[in-house]
Amino acid sequence: MTTAAAKFKKDVRRVTADLRHRRIINAALDGYAVKRDQKKALFQDWAGARRLAAATKYEAINSLDRCLEQFARGLESRGAKVHWASTGQQACEIIVGILKQRNARSVVKSKAMTAEEIHLNEALARAGLDVVETDLGEFIVQLRDEPPYHIVFPAMHLTRGEIQETFRKRLGDAPSDNPEELTMVARRVLRQKYIQADAGITGANFAVADAGLISLTENEGNARLTGALPRTMITLVGIEKVIPRLEDLALFLPMLATVGAGQLISGYNTLYGGPRQPGEPDGPEEYHVVLLDNNRTRLLADAEKRDTLHCIRCGSCLNVCPIFRNIGGHSYGTTYCGPIGAVLTPVLKGLQEWKHLPYASSLCGACTEACPVGIDLHHHLLEHRRAAAGTKPSWWQKLAFKLFAPVAASKLLWALVTKSGRLGQKLHPIVLGTRLDPAYVWTRTRDLPPIAKTTFKEWWRRTRP
Amino acid sequence: MTITLFIPCYIDLFYPRVGMAMVRILEKLGHKIVCPESPSCCGQPAFNTGYWDESRALAVKVLDQLKDAEVVVIPSGSCGAMIKVFYPVLFAGTPQEPLAKEVSAKCYEFAQFLVDKLGVTDLGAKFPHRVTYHDGCHSLREMNIYEAPRKLLRHVAGLELVEMRQTVCCGFGGTFSAKFPAISTAMGEVKCDLAAETGAEYIVSSDSSCLMHIQGLIDRQRRKLKTIHLAEVLAGDF
Repeated sequence: MTTAAAKFKKDVRRVTADLRHRRIINAALDGYAVKRDQKKALFQDWAGARRLAAATKYEAINSLDRCLEQFARGLESRGAKVHWASTGQQACEIIVGILKQRNARSVVKSKAMTAEEIHLNEALARAGLDVVETDLGEFIVQLRDEPPYHIVFPAMHLTRGEIQETFRKRLGDAPSDNPEELTMVARRVLRQKYIQADAGITGANFAVADAGLISLTENEGNARLTGALPRTMITLVGIEKVIPRLEDLALFLPMLATVGAGQLISGYNTLYGGPRQPGEPDGPEEYHVVLLDNNRTRLLADAEKRDTLHCIRCGSCLNVCPIFRNIGGHSYGTTYCGPIGAVLTPVLKGLQEWKHLPYASSLCGACTEACPVGIDLHHHLLEHRRAAAGTKPSWWQKLAFKLFAPVAASKLLWALVTKSGRLGQKLHPIVLGTRLDPAYVWTRTRDLPPIAKTTFKEWWRRTRP
Repeated sequence: MTITLFIPCYIDLFYPRVGMAMVRILEKLGHKIVCPESPSCCGQPAFNTGYWDESRALAVKVLDQLKDAEVVVIPSGSCGAMIKVFYPVLFAGTPQEPLAKEVSAKCYEFAQFLVDKLGVTDLGAKFPHRVTYHDGCHSLREMNIYEAPRKLLRHVAGLELVEMRQTVCCGFGGTFSAKFPAISTAMGEVKCDLAAETGAEYIVSSDSSCLMHIQGLIDRQRRKLKTIHLAEVLAGDF
């Protein structure tokens, strides 16, 4: 077993047994589901909207080169600087380079999973920069030195009491566990940071090709302040975030808000086109956009899994996933968790090291059903399993399946299995519940049904000669 | 019509009454039943675990048994999905591909067969209990079966159908239940809680594999619920 798999199994055992965790997550996501369904019902034709979204992303991804060049040209025409990064490390170096050149000391950041993916905060800290997350959830998990728990709701696993405790310890200010009062504490701290910051770093929800614009959607206004106050603004964006046309936002913004947070539209929707233009009263003096590949072109080359580049990081596959809901976001040990994480991680970080994630699924397909852009998530998990077993099979599983085939295909051998199974079950109580029990993985938590006195085949043979 | 039954391994060994109930119902409707003795497995465990060659070794034998059938009926949405949906994938690009597609086209899950193919919804069954229905994920999302079992249940005398507030996997998932028993068990507990909330006495399903997992948990945790396959409800065994 790989280190990642061993850690996963250990964390999973702990979290699945934590009934408090189960209660918090289920309550939160049940509440989300109600709001999501209300907003979905406001679409005239939700199924049609999904088809259109999938077709639009298909179009963008299948003309990615042209879309990206168009996008970059648009930004550059307004004086923005566009950087192309092949790897996460390159992207970090580019960003650190920009900040060093400006002699920046403090940076404000608005929520960006892509930044988590390339461990940007660590790189900035190593370069001696002070970095503060400004999204409230991200701010909280940053204070706790934790990675985000969920792509969209980074602190959903915490109760207000736990947040109060975190604020008390790290900020020395937590008047009560009232969410509004706690938010005011965070606001006071963050407002100071915005004013002091030399640079602001954001992610992007969409990269609009024909207009050369970055689209950012949020609910707290923190991304707007991150972009508006500091002199330098940097946006890190995965190359898959591209959409062909500005008008596509008319579909994607309400769709993302609906499935992402159960909102009809997010509180703040902003388009960024470059630095402050002549005659404009505010905005950053310089604007950098860092386009990140980091193995996305590997997905692009894979015709079967190319549709994973449609992902708009809405988190809806996590929200409906019974695995995610029971093991929680941190157990995955990856930047992207849930079904999309189980599909992406083996490609981004290595199949053999991360194959336990595709196997840790009942393949129920709730994710595929929920995905607004039609990614065939659970069948990709099946494909990963096939690829994992194909390149490095487990000898005992291969042997077991090899031996099982002729047994299940033979009338005689199956009858023999039936009979020996009955005998085995008579002896089973001796080892039941111990490690010697060959069915231990099942019987530790579940009873096993007895083999019938007369099996179906025995009955059939007897009654229909 | 001559109906060929495919009896999955766990129904043969653990739940023969499901198969018997199905035979009784289909014979009562005037059909001739044929049941090949082997193979006893559709090859899904190997397929889902990634061992497609080993799965194919078994699946070719299944295709061979079913190739001459007029129609194939399976008391499981999971094994049904394997043959109907995944055999064409498993055999894509092999000489058996046309045969896999041919068998796929004449293969039905039991409830789907009664309602959609035969147009039968009322079997005159009586089951005076409050029940909730568990959708096996393969039935629901691979075979797109939702209404058929409910139509059948609504015509059972004395039966009260109460829906759970969430459609969610029970956590069985084949080899997943053995590879990740902790997750599988937690999911099963959530399922049992949702079913218990409805006040139902029975969880009815078209998948004995889900029910084996759910009942196994119920028995171990001494919960009050009971499980029963749709065919047994419709055959009026109780």
